[in-house]
Amino acid sequence: MLIRFLSLLREAGIPVSVTEYLALLESLKAGIAETSVDNFYVLARTILVKDERYYDRYDRVFAAHFSGIESMLELLGGAEIPDDWLKRLAELHLSPEEKAKIEALGGLEKVMEALKERLKEQEGRHQGGSKWVGTAGRSPFGAYGYNPEGVRIGQDSSRQRSAIKVWDRREFRNLDDSLELGTRNLQVALRRLRRFAREGAAEELDLDGTINATARNAGWLDLKLRPERHNTVKVLLFLDVGGSMDDYIKVTEELFSAARNEFRHLEHYYFHNFVYESVWKDNRRRYQQRIPLQEVLRTYSPDYRLIFVGDATMGPYEILRPGGSVEHWNDEAGSIWLGRLLSAFPRFAWLNPQPESRWEQVPSIGVARQLVEGRMYPLTPAGLERATRVLNAR
Amino acid sequence: MQNARFSSTRRYVATDDLSMAVAAAVTLGRPLLIKGEPGTGKTQLAEEIAEFLARPLYEWHIKSTTKAQQGLYEYDAVSRLRDSQLGDPRVHDISHYIVKGRLWEAFTSDVQPVLLIDEIDKADIEFPNDLLRELDRMEFYVYETRELVRARHRPIIVITSNNEKELPDAFLRRCFFHYIRFPDAETMRRIVDVHFPNIKKDLLAEALEAFYRIRDVPGLKKKPSTSELLDWLKLLLAEDISPEALRATDGKATIPPLYGALLKNEQDVHLFEQLVFMHRRTTR
Repeated sequence: MLIRFLSLLREAGIPVSVTEYLALLESLKAGIAETSVDNFYVLARTILVKDERYYDRYDRVFAAHFSGIESMLELLGGAEIPDDWLKRLAELHLSPEEKAKIEALGGLEKVMEALKERLKEQEGRHQGGSKWVGTAGRSPFGAYGYNPEGVRIGQDSSRQRSAIKVWDRREFRNLDDSLELGTRNLQVALRRLRRFAREGAAEELDLDGTINATARNAGWLDLKLRPERHNTVKVLLFLDVGGSMDDYIKVTEELFSAARNEFRHLEHYYFHNFVYESVWKDNRRRYQQRIPLQEVLRTYSPDYRLIFVGDATMGPYEILRPGGSVEHWNDEAGSIWLGRLLSAFPRFAWLNPQPESRWEQVPSIGVARQLVEGRMYPLTPAGLERATRVLNAR
Repeated sequence: MQNARFSSTRRYVATDDLSMAVAAAVTLGRPLLIKGEPGTGKTQLAEEIAEFLARPLYEWHIKSTTKAQQGLYEYDAVSRLRDSQLGDPRVHDISHYIVKGRLWEAFTSDVQPVLLIDEIDKADIEFPNDLLRELDRMEFYVYETRELVRARHRPIIVITSNNEKELPDAFLRRCFFHYIRFPDAETMRRIVDVHFPNIKKDLLAEALEAFYRIRDVPGLKKKPSTSELLDWLKLLLAEDISPEALRATDGKATIPPLYGALLKNEQDVHLFEQLVFMHRRTTR
């Protein structure tokens, strides 16, 4: 009973255990959910899912399992792609060969069709594993700076509104942020960041110290206190998405989900290729909800560690010239904005997913490396080790 | 023991999802972990459950320095040491220096109590792990007096978290979980009705619209939540503001009166003023 549902949940990456399965059966026996599917949906979610970021995956698995759909493909039928920006981006990024390939495919309209097809395939294969649709890095669409987060996938437009069930609304999609798999080695390196600094007020009775001091005092009580241990590390994370980074999003994501567990404060922002006057926090709403970099600069205190994750692979003019951004007109060059960030947060590092051996060949990496005063490290456990050492230096 | 199913009370609006989650937790005797945006009534839930089921409520508020042991009991070694130095006869019975914690108090309650463990994520990362056995078996051992404390009635445990830290898997396994979503406009209207039954309809409509508009402003550090809305409405009623004063549809967007109740930090207020200013310029 329900075992298949359970194994589907586990396949989708939701950590469900036997304990929880038994609890669910127990609750069904107790008659809490009565006999409606809606009640069962809520009850099973309460018992099986322990984090809101899995709600979206749960919704998808539930929909697939309980409406008798064999695979997820049908769910993802109505992918909507904002035509105009796709076109614009495609024009900006395409190399001549790629343009020729598009012509061969039959123009942009055809490409978009193919893209939708590709989306279906990829989601089908990942089956809820990751929210990044086009992350395989083999996709011909990666090069277009196509950002899957901007695409609405779902059936909100393709079905009658009234028929939409709770689990089809997918309201928790944005909370799904983690990809725990394979983060083990990264986590080990990140742990170095946890500086158990013995800072702050005296709070804890130091028993050994007290006994020692009292004995020395010939039995007269001498209390010793010592400060509590705190994890004081605060981190600002800037993640490059879209464009040439799509190949590395998977690695970036692993780092990101590793980082989530490690810090007292962790704030993340997204940028595309390079930092300019604004960044964004929610990839899905990157065009509506931009946050001025000035605001970031004045919001956080200088004790935040600043970590960039980006391949820094672009035209050098994108860094050095006003108006160099491929997406919009920037009044001031990216290098100036980066400089402001670096002076506001003096402890910083840049993690680059490109193999270190290739850095020499890419001029823009050299430029970025100079700007961050050489503090650029490869996105490997060893590179992280070096980065955290720099971040911890006083 | 069969309990009436928890539902909305005259002070608290519970969605069906939430009632279901509470029912499951109460029936199966598992702790219920509640998450959600600040100000969506997580802490209040425990109070409402206690009142609804007419049970005593024990609250344990967690701080960053709280240890799991403090919820069970504390051995006040310092005052024992002092008593011994002063020659107080109480010193010979160690039980005088065992101070009961909230969990112990809840365990010894005569009727099934409600226990609130508030903001569990504030504590050290190992804190939830240290409570596993206590929450599972509802018993713990006092080493100093060699005494086993066992719950007379399995308490209804409500745990809240603001997501500041990840909770360990082993802990999560033992809990049921519910995420309180930010209420939609319809639920919000019900919530306001519960708190201000006599509010004028048009004022409420305007206020809600202004409220959701402010929530939609991109980049706010702290979005106003339900509790802020309720505070704001209280002020609006006290000042007897007319609904017209809240209206911003004529292009001359204004800052809603008494917005200090909604926006809680100066950057947000500044950002908001800037946006309103820009909006005025473009519509002029």
